Amino acid sequence: MPLLSVDELSITFTGRGRRDVRAVDGVSFDVDQGQVVGLVGESGCGKSVTSLALMGLLPKKGVKLGGRAEYDGKDLLTLSSNAMRDMRGKHLAMIFQDPLSSLNPVIPVGLQVTEILERHRGMKGAAARKEAADLLDRVGIPDPTRRLKEYPHQLSGGMRQRALIAMAVACAPRMLIADEPTTALDVTIQAQILELLKELVDQQGTALLMITHDLGVVAGLCDQVNVLYAGKAVESAGRRELFAQPTHPYAHGLLGSIPRLDAPRGEPLRPIRGSINDRIDWADGCAFAPRCDHYTLECLSGTPQLTEPVGAGHGVRCVNPVLTGVEVKTLGVPAEQAVDAAAATAPAEPAEPKIPAQAGPEADGKAETDEGDAAPEAEPEAEKKKDAS
Amino acid sequence: MSLLELDDVKVHFPVKKGLIFDRTVGHVYAVDGVSLSVEEGQTYGLVGESGCGKTTLGRSVLRLVDITDGSVNFDGTDLAKLPAEEMRTFRRRLQMVFQDPLGSLNPRQNIESILSEGMAAHGIGGTREERREKIRDILAKVGLPANALARYPHEFSGGQRQRIGIARALVLEPDVIICDEPVSALDVSIQAQVINLLEELQESLGLTYLVIAHDLAVVRHISDVIGVMYLGSLVEEAPSDALYAEPRHPYTKALMSAVPVPDPEVEDRRERILLTGDLPSPANPPAGCRFHTRCPWAQDTLCATERPALKDVGGGHKVACHFAAEIAAGTVERTAASVVPATREEMADRVVETPAE
Ligand SMILES: Nc1ncnc2c1ncn2[C@@H]1O[C@H](COP(=O)(O)OP(=O)(O)O)[C@@H](O)[C@H]1O
Ligand SMILES: Nc1ncnc2c1ncn2[C@@H]1O[C@H](COP(=O)(O)OP(=O)(O)O)[C@@H](O)[C@H]1O
Ligand code: SF4
Ligand code: SF4
Ligand SMILES: [Mg+2]
Ligand SMILES: [Mg+2]
Repeated sequence: MPLLSVDELSITFTGRGRRDVRAVDGVSFDVDQGQVVGLVGESGCGKSVTSLALMGLLPKKGVKLGGRAEYDGKDLLTLSSNAMRDMRGKHLAMIFQDPLSSLNPVIPVGLQVTEILERHRGMKGAAARKEAADLLDRVGIPDPTRRLKEYPHQLSGGMRQRALIAMAVACAPRMLIADEPTTALDVTIQAQILELLKELVDQQGTALLMITHDLGVVAGLCDQVNVLYAGKAVESAGRRELFAQPTHPYAHGLLGSIPRLDAPRGEPLRPIRGSINDRIDWADGCAFAPRCDHYTLECLSGTPQLTEPVGAGHGVRCVNPVLTGVEVKTLGVPAEQAVDAAAATAPAEPAEPKIPAQAGPEADGKAETDEGDAAPEAEPEAEKKKDAS
Repeated sequence: MSLLELDDVKVHFPVKKGLIFDRTVGHVYAVDGVSLSVEEGQTYGLVGESGCGKTTLGRSVLRLVDITDGSVNFDGTDLAKLPAEEMRTFRRRLQMVFQDPLGSLNPRQNIESILSEGMAAHGIGGTREERREKIRDILAKVGLPANALARYPHEFSGGQRQRIGIARALVLEPDVIICDEPVSALDVSIQAQVINLLEELQESLGLTYLVIAHDLAVVRHISDVIGVMYLGSLVEEAPSDALYAEPRHPYTKALMSAVPVPDPEVEDRRERILLTGDLPSPANPPAGCRFHTRCPWAQDTLCATERPALKDVGGGHKVACHFAAEIAAGTVERTAASVVPATREEMADRVVETPAE
């Protein structure tokens, strides 16, 4: 039995005077012990709200949850706040993209780690402090005893993320959810953090739900991958199967649009046209249709179902998938201009209201903007934005 | 002669302390002696991790920061020494495109106003009607509908906003565009659209680019020549393919080995060189080779005491490392840093090794 089994999870934001937003629309996946499962997709596809729902960190008000998320026989979606609090720490822990906003700025890092040890593991005083130093050491923070006394802002981005991982693994959780844990970091630091996560999985058997927009990270880390688009999984497969034969036009398109370090200079990129704003409701057909090269009339008759056109265990939600060597029936590409024009007339997605911060330091990490999600680093100085002319 | 030539450019920011007397207590050596040339019609890619001075270098070309020392030769004129009024005429010919399209566009100005502002300031386009004509033409070139003119920045998606940023540069008919992280705020499918657009525009308008980015794969894709920066200086420079084929500087090797490739076959075989520790502060850079505190190949002699100069090692490939030749020949051994086995299976019985091959 998998450790976590998510079945038809849906998350709808409701609000007075606003149209309901179905951010996640029937997502299913399993995570086993010692396994890394990836949720990958562009900003706004529902990755972060999925993780927050699993952690019980979404507000009760204004959010409708559907489906089940069984962890160890318990449905995380229906647990009481108290029961959920007990789950966090020992069972489930989360790492956010932005460690600075998940750490309390006015409390030294060490105290934040020892607090967790005292609260969840009942350790006291010197023992807790020693364990905290051991934890920092384990996640590769040099000179841990000194670092324990420092405040979050005194640490570099990489060190902060390590501190956050130390806090997350302090209670040896059986499952770790990492939401873009390396997106804000430089690539050499990212490599260090990814190694650290691999070690946790391989040596402690931790189950890892890895959320990222980076297919490179997925290719190296995840056993099983779910590609999300507009709140639905459009392709789910083992990582080798997915990368060897990306079959959903969106997954296929994503791989064609990424510049690869090992591709010769001048090899053209094949972008996907339009943007995530060019979508139709899943209820009416395939949400990806306005951007899809494989689009046929059939795509507009209801939600495409997950099928396994290229092999068992390789799910694809598409009526006209990318099958190499098979004649593709297309209606012809919807004119690019039409899509562009439509995008310009339809007002771009309004700046979305963010989930109000919740109690507890864990809730703060998701205060990122849609695009900030993909941004590697929010650079501090404002003057650089000024026009040069 | 190259269109744009930087010679030993330094930008040092004073670090001030004190409430009443602004005492300068030190300097941030953001850019500390960079020389490079950008050929007309080509793309020079500047890559390096955050804080290494890429943005500052780009801004120094436009004199948006004070140049402490060195020269910036553009089309035969040293911009570094130009009086402010004369710099204005050059500003038009050197434009900048920024990372954050929304942050660099005034939310209360419509697109026409944003685009015509610079034209008016530089006396381009004659009458209002002529200007509008020109703007329409540029909008079409960057792939925006003509009805965008009367709209406001927030009505556009991230990728479209970046197109507006590019259009704003193009209406001034520049020779050089400095693109500072032009796609890093965009989703991958949109990144590719903007990269392709930049390439098409270069082709059709004969533009020269200085592209600044932290993403090595993006830089490799778009650049003819790549310069790798570390702590304010160039450590390696080479044609794009040559740099990938044989990175010579230890930092470049580590950087390249850390970039994940979206292909499990590659990922499982990729040897990673993990650097230890963090980037030192540019306010207090290490003596000698600036990379010696993290360099897996650092030697007991020279590395900690003498700063290596950027030297041509043949084929337009330049490296700033005392031991570049020995490292390439394999006669100098790696002294630290763990080499990570490629596969998860190998990970399981991993030993941190100091290879002695
Ligand atoms: N509090 C909220 N109210 C309404 N919509 C929301 C809220 N939070 C998130 N959303 C919407 O849910 C979708 C998924 O968001 P998110 O999970 O943050 O995406 P990702 O992490 O994949 O970038 C987005 O379209 C966003 O607009
Ligand atoms: N106006 C400034 N005053 C002081 N320090 C600065 C200023 N601008 C940048 N710096 C510092 O200079 C260094 C290089 O910054 P930057 O050029 O932005 O790097 P990059 O673009 O490579 O990330 C950083 O340490 C940064 O903090
Ligand atoms: S072919 Fe149809 S169902 Fe498949 S992705 Fe394209 S639009 Fe969607
Ligand atoms: S000079 Fe020495 S420390 Fe610097 S890169 Fe070369 S080997 Fe490493
Ligand atoms: Mg997110
Ligand atoms: Mg920068």
